[in-house]
Amino acid sequence: MNRIISPKISQKIMKGVFWGSGILTILLLIMIIGYVLINGLPVINFEFLFTDPIDSGRAGGIFPMIVSTIYVTFVALVVAIPLGIGGAVYLAEYAGEGPIVKAIRFGSETLASIPSIVFGLFGYAFFVIYLGLGFCVLSGGLTLALMALPTIIRTSEVSIEAVPRSYTEGSLALGANKWQTIYEVVLPAAIPGIITGIILGMARAIEETAAILYTVGAALTVPVSIFDPARPLPLHLYTLATEGISMPNAYGTAAVLVILIMVITIVTNALVDRYIKKMMGR
Amino acid sequence: MPYRIEVQDLNVYFGESHILKDINININNNMVTALIGPSGCGKSTFIRTLNRMNDSISTFKKDGSVLLDEDDIYESKVDVVELRKKVGMVFQKPNPFPKSIFDNVAYGLRIHGENDKDVLANKVEESLRAAALWDEVKDKLEMSALGLSGGQQQRLCIARTIAVEPEVILMDEPCSALDPISTTKIEDLIHKLKNDYTIIIVTHNMQQATRVSKYTAFFLNGEIVESGLTDKLFIEPEDKRTEDYITGRFG
Ligand SMILES: Nc1ncnc2c1ncn2[C@@H]1O[C@H](COP(=O)(O)OP(=O)(O)OP(=O)(O)O)[C@@H](O)[C@H]1O
Ligand SMILES: [Mg+2]
Repeated sequence: MNRIISPKISQKIMKGVFWGSGILTILLLIMIIGYVLINGLPVINFEFLFTDPIDSGRAGGIFPMIVSTIYVTFVALVVAIPLGIGGAVYLAEYAGEGPIVKAIRFGSETLASIPSIVFGLFGYAFFVIYLGLGFCVLSGGLTLALMALPTIIRTSEVSIEAVPRSYTEGSLALGANKWQTIYEVVLPAAIPGIITGIILGMARAIEETAAILYTVGAALTVPVSIFDPARPLPLHLYTLATEGISMPNAYGTAAVLVILIMVITIVTNALVDRYIKKMMGR
Repeated sequence: MPYRIEVQDLNVYFGESHILKDINININNNMVTALIGPSGCGKSTFIRTLNRMNDSISTFKKDGSVLLDEDDIYESKVDVVELRKKVGMVFQKPNPFPKSIFDNVAYGLRIHGENDKDVLANKVEESLRAAALWDEVKDKLEMSALGLSGGQQQRLCIARTIAVEPEVILMDEPCSALDPISTTKIEDLIHKLKNDYTIIIVTHNMQQATRVSKYTAFFLNGEIVESGLTDKLFIEPEDKRTEDYITGRFG
């Protein structure tokens, strides 16, 4: 035995490396979020959250932007969730392994890696101009839906495929048909994974700037109809910062965005946890 | 009395492999028939042909016929849903759905269109009683079935199967994942159920076969080597291979 490092020591070293990289990741996260919050929280107050911007955002609040973000994301999800789950069910349960399926899968994986600015340009050319929807909540929402779709499909497909075969067989053996089995047994068991996919897709949509740059317009008022132009938080933040309108307000906007995403993630995680506990009888 | 199930010249293939060869067997009504044989000899494949569970395997091919009450279950006019209502199945590993105990038992009824609350509640209780599980779960019907012990889960799966009122129950090694006490409970249950149901059970446990069954069929390499009354087959088998197997010389 003439190893240079004994297994015991190499074990310790590797443990240290993993521990270190874990800590580093968390530290980085805390630093970034902390930086945004320290700079942003001071400007956040009731007025900032619930009034319209004044003078392009130099003063006033960001209420229309908060509404825009929620509105556009909502539209994106309403479109992307059914399409995404439907696509995933098709791929996992019906499609088999033909060339068409391979093409679909390849397409959706490629879609996931396309830069968002390209989605933005496509959204502009197709929704805004070709379909004549103009700059509005709907155009932006549809563009974001396209962006979120591959993530939702992929994660849903994986979690549908992870549902034990024994559940499916148990259901079929009781006389259920395929669709009943998918709807009553497979999807409920896959829900936690599907929701994770939706959250990832939504996170991508909520913080997206480039894809909505050419699609939602730049309104400084609250959008009411889906055909109204809007200005979600990331876009506002981008404009405030790049046009040098107001750095404090840019940080305030960033802080609101970060808090919004954190709240959504924490709440859905808690709900999913509760659902899993209930399902698993713990 | 006619046989409940008659299997005639059945051959099953998965792709190129010839899994079951010239199977002929008759299954008596309201009795327990045990299927024994070494691993990989085709017992599961056989039992799964009886409720057409193999249909979902793309490479599955068969010839010969399987008659249930004198009608071929593989004829094109047969509704697989109706067939599986009549021929229920309990699997090797307990596989309750990740739903409440109540919803597990009510599952089959609901998918067949029963939505009346009182009917469901009655039927669930009746099935759980029949599966000797009611007393253990009556206070926690809303609890997830996955929180039950393995033995309880298997009895729940039997209750779930009974709930849709089958005539035949197929059991593929229902006790192989269970401890001895749970196994005894399932065997007691089989004794109780055999008056009302035709039961076909695959088992690797010779004692179990002698304890629960009236008839036994011995499978080897995809063929039925010998079948007949359990008492006879285990005491004076006709075929040398049967004797070797039951005395533990192979398998
Ligand atoms: N889906 C399938 N595709 C191809 N071959 C299969 C398939 N399922 C089973 N087989 C093959 O069929 C043969 C019989 O398998 P089967 O599961 O019926 O045996 P068994 O008697 O139930 O064995 P065990 O006692 O281990 O459960 C085996 O050789 C197996 O490899
Ligand atoms: Mg088997």
